[in-house]
Amino acid sequence: MVAGAALLVSLLMLVPLAFVASMAVRAGWQTVSTLVFRPRVGELLGNATLLVVLTLPLTTALALALAWLTERSDIPGARLWSALAVAPLAVPAFLHGYAWVSLFPSFHGLAAAVLLSVIAYSPFLYLPIAAVLRRLDPGLEDSAASLGLPPVLVFVRVVLPQLRVAICGGGLLVGLHLLAEYGLYGMLRFDTFTTAILDQFQSGFDGVAANMLAGVLALCSFALLGTEALLRGRARYARIGAGAARAASRARIGRLTPICLLLLVLLQLAAIGVPFVTIARWLVAGGARVWQGVEIGPALGSTAMLAILGASLATLLSAPMAWLSVRAPGRLQRVLEAGNYVVGALPGVVIALALVTIAVTELRPLYQTTFTIVLAYALMFLPRAMLSLRAGIAQAPVELEHAAASLGRSPLRAVWAVTARLAAPGAAAGLAMVALGITNELTATQMLAPIGTETLATRFWSYTGELDYAAAAPYALIMVLLSIPMTWLLHAQSRRSAGR
Amino acid sequence: MKRRQLLMAGATLGAASLAAPFVARAAETEITLYNAQHASLAKEWVDGFTRDTGIKVVTRNGGDTAMANQIVQEGASSPADVFLTENSPAMARVEQAGLFAPLPQETLRQVPPQFRPSTGHWIGIAARSTVFAYDKRKLSGNQLPSSLLDLAKPEWKGRWAASPAGADFQAIVAALLLMKGEAVTTDWLKGMKENATAYRGNSAAMKGVNAGEVQGAVIYHYYWFGDQAKTGENSNNVALHYFRHQDPGAFVSTSGGGVLAASKHKKEAQEFIRWVTGKAGQDVLRTGDSFEYAVGVDAASNPKLVPLADLRAPAIDPSKLDSKRVTELMMQAGLL
Repeated sequence: MVAGAALLVSLLMLVPLAFVASMAVRAGWQTVSTLVFRPRVGELLGNATLLVVLTLPLTTALALALAWLTERSDIPGARLWSALAVAPLAVPAFLHGYAWVSLFPSFHGLAAAVLLSVIAYSPFLYLPIAAVLRRLDPGLEDSAASLGLPPVLVFVRVVLPQLRVAICGGGLLVGLHLLAEYGLYGMLRFDTFTTAILDQFQSGFDGVAANMLAGVLALCSFALLGTEALLRGRARYARIGAGAARAASRARIGRLTPICLLLLVLLQLAAIGVPFVTIARWLVAGGARVWQGVEIGPALGSTAMLAILGASLATLLSAPMAWLSVRAPGRLQRVLEAGNYVVGALPGVVIALALVTIAVTELRPLYQTTFTIVLAYALMFLPRAMLSLRAGIAQAPVELEHAAASLGRSPLRAVWAVTARLAAPGAAAGLAMVALGITNELTATQMLAPIGTETLATRFWSYTGELDYAAAAPYALIMVLLSIPMTWLLHAQSRRSAGR
Repeated sequence: MKRRQLLMAGATLGAASLAAPFVARAAETEITLYNAQHASLAKEWVDGFTRDTGIKVVTRNGGDTAMANQIVQEGASSPADVFLTENSPAMARVEQAGLFAPLPQETLRQVPPQFRPSTGHWIGIAARSTVFAYDKRKLSGNQLPSSLLDLAKPEWKGRWAASPAGADFQAIVAALLLMKGEAVTTDWLKGMKENATAYRGNSAAMKGVNAGEVQGAVIYHYYWFGDQAKTGENSNNVALHYFRHQDPGAFVSTSGGGVLAASKHKKEAQEFIRWVTGKAGQDVLRTGDSFEYAVGVDAASNPKLVPLADLRAPAIDPSKLDSKRVTELMMQAGLL
C-alpha cells in the first residue's frame, strides 16, 4: 500500500514534465521549431551558459578558500567566520539584488549577476566542503607529506580529490538555483530563461511559447544533472583503519593573517553588510509610514497560511517514499528515488507554468485557487521535505515498533505510538525548511497566487517594481528575520554531522 | 491541549481565508470589482461611490493581462460584476470573448466617442498619453525624436529604453500596428531590439533615464507627474517630450471600464460605471494624485497636465487594438 502511494506521488511529480512534453507533441514539430530555434532563445541560452560557467568556478574557489580558512587554518575567530560563511543564506537571493540595486542604481548585467550569485549561493558549496574537510583523516595527508610532497601539492593531490563529491553536489545545487532564480536576475536586468518565461506569461499568456521555453529550461537542468554525474565519477572515499581519526592540525598562516582577515571582512561586508545596511537605511527613510499600511498584516497572514498548507502537503506526499527508502529499500524504491531526483531538479517556473496551463485548459475549476498554488509548492519542495523525513524515520528503530506490537498494539497504532513520535522531529525540521522556502518564494507565487492574494514576497516585489524601496523594506526585514533561525539550524546541523 | 488549540486556530484561519470571497458575495447590495487600475485610484473611486450610493464594493486587484485572462477563463461563472483596466487591449480581449453587457446610452453619452469603442460594450474611464521621457541634461530641442518611428533608426542605438513585457508598452505597439500596419511595425520592433534597453516596469525605465543610464524612455506621462508630486528623486533630471502630430507616439491609451454579462448585480454594476464616468468619478482624476487624464464630457483634468486637446493624438478605435498579434510580432523580433 505504501509502495502504491509512493508510486502515485511519483506520477504526480511527473505531471509537469509530462505536460511540457505532451504540449510539444501536440503543437507539432513545425511550431516547436519556430518557437525554440529563434534568436531570442539563443540569447537566453548564451546568458544561462555564461552565468553558470562563470559563477560555478568562482563560487567553488570562494567556498574552498572559506572552508580551508575556517577549518584548517589558525585564523582568529574561526568559529565566528564559519557561522558567517553560512549567513548569506538568511538573505533570499532577490533581497541581495534589492540591496545592491538600491545602493548602486547602475548595478546591472552579467558581471553584477555573477557577483551577486557568488555571494548569495556560496553557502551551498561551503557547507558540504567544510563538513568533509572537518571529517577528513589527516593521516593520509601526513603520509603524502612524509613522501616529500609540498603542502600545496598535498592539498591538490590528496585533499581536493576527497572533496570531489562535496564540490560536485554543492555545485549542482548552485547551478540549479542559477537556472531557477527569478527575482535576483529580474532586478539586475539580466535575462535568463526564468525571467523570459515570466515575461512571456505576463504579457500574453501564450501557453505554447512559454511552455516551450520551459522545455528548454528543463533540458538545461538535466544537462547540469548529467554533467554532475560525469564529473562526480564512480569513486567512493572511505576511511579504513582502526580507531577514530584524529582532528587535523590547523595550518599556521602567520604573516598572511591580516590579509586573510581583511578579505573575510570585505566579503562579509558585501554579503551581509550591504543587505542589512540597505534595509536599515530604507527603514529609517520610510519611518513609521511604511509600517502603518494595512497590508503587512494580511500579507503575513496569507504567507503563513500558504507556507503551512504547502509544507504540510509536501511532508504528507513525501511520507510514503521516505518510509519505503528506510523500511523497504529495493528496486522499485531505487527507480522511484532516481525519478524524484531528476524531477526535483526542475526549476519552480516550469512546474508553476505547467500547473497554470493545465488549470486553464483542462481543469478550469482549479484555476486561481489556493489548492493549485499549494500543490505547486508541494511539488517544488518535496525533495526538501523528504530528506528530513527520511532522516527522521531512520531514527526510529523498527524493533521498537515490534516491541509495541508484541505488547498488543495493532500495527497502525504501533506506528502511530512509536515511529511517528520518534520521526516527528525530522518531520518538523522538514516542515520548517519547506515553510521557509515557500515564504521566500516569488516565481511560482507570482504565477499562481489567486488574484487578490498577496504574500510578503509579492508585496515586496511590487513595491520594488515601483521603486518604492522604503515601502518594500519592512517586507525585506520580515523575510530575513524569518530566515535567520533556519540558517542557524543548517549551520548547527552541518557541525553536528561532523561530530563536533 | 495547547497544541490542539493552535491547530484549531490554524484550521479556522485557513478556512476563513478560503471562504472569505464566498461570504463576501452573500451580502445583498455588494458588487465585485476586478480592478487592474492603480489600486489607489480604484480605492478613491470605490470610496466615493459607496459614499454617494450606499452600495458596497469588494475589490480584487491585479494586472491588465492577468485579470482579462481570468475573466475569459471564468466565463459565465465569473464572480466579477465590473472590470476596470489601465489599457484598452485587455478590455478588447474580454469584449471579443463576448463577456460584456452593453452599456446604456445615458452612460455612453458621458464620454466623447474617441474614448470608447464603437460597439458601446465598454467605456473609457481615464486616459494616459505616450511620452518620450528624456534626460534634460543630455537632450534638448531638435535632438529629440520627431516621431516614435525615428527611435528605430540606427542613430538611436543604445540610447533609449522601454518596458516591453508590460501591458502599457504593448498597448502602444498595438496602436502602431493599427495605424501603420504589420510591415512597418515589424521593422520598428526590429529596430527597437537593436536600439533599446529593456527595463522591468515604466518606473524603472524612468529611473534609468534619471540616473543617466539611457537618454530617454517611451513610457506614459503620469509616472513623471506622480514622482514630481512626491520627492522627485527619480525624475528631477527628466523632462517629457510629447510627439503630437497624430504620430503613433502621440497615442493616448484609454483605460476602460465595463459591466460583465455574467453579473448578478447588473443594476448596481451599471450604476458604478455611470458614477465613475460621471462628474464625481471624473473629478477624482482632477483632484487626486493619479495624474491620469479625465475623459468625461467637459470634465477637467489635473491642471498640472498638458491639456488633452493639445496632445493631438491619433484617432483610434480602442476595441480594435490587437494585443495577441502584438505579442506574436514582439516574439518574432526577439523582444519577448
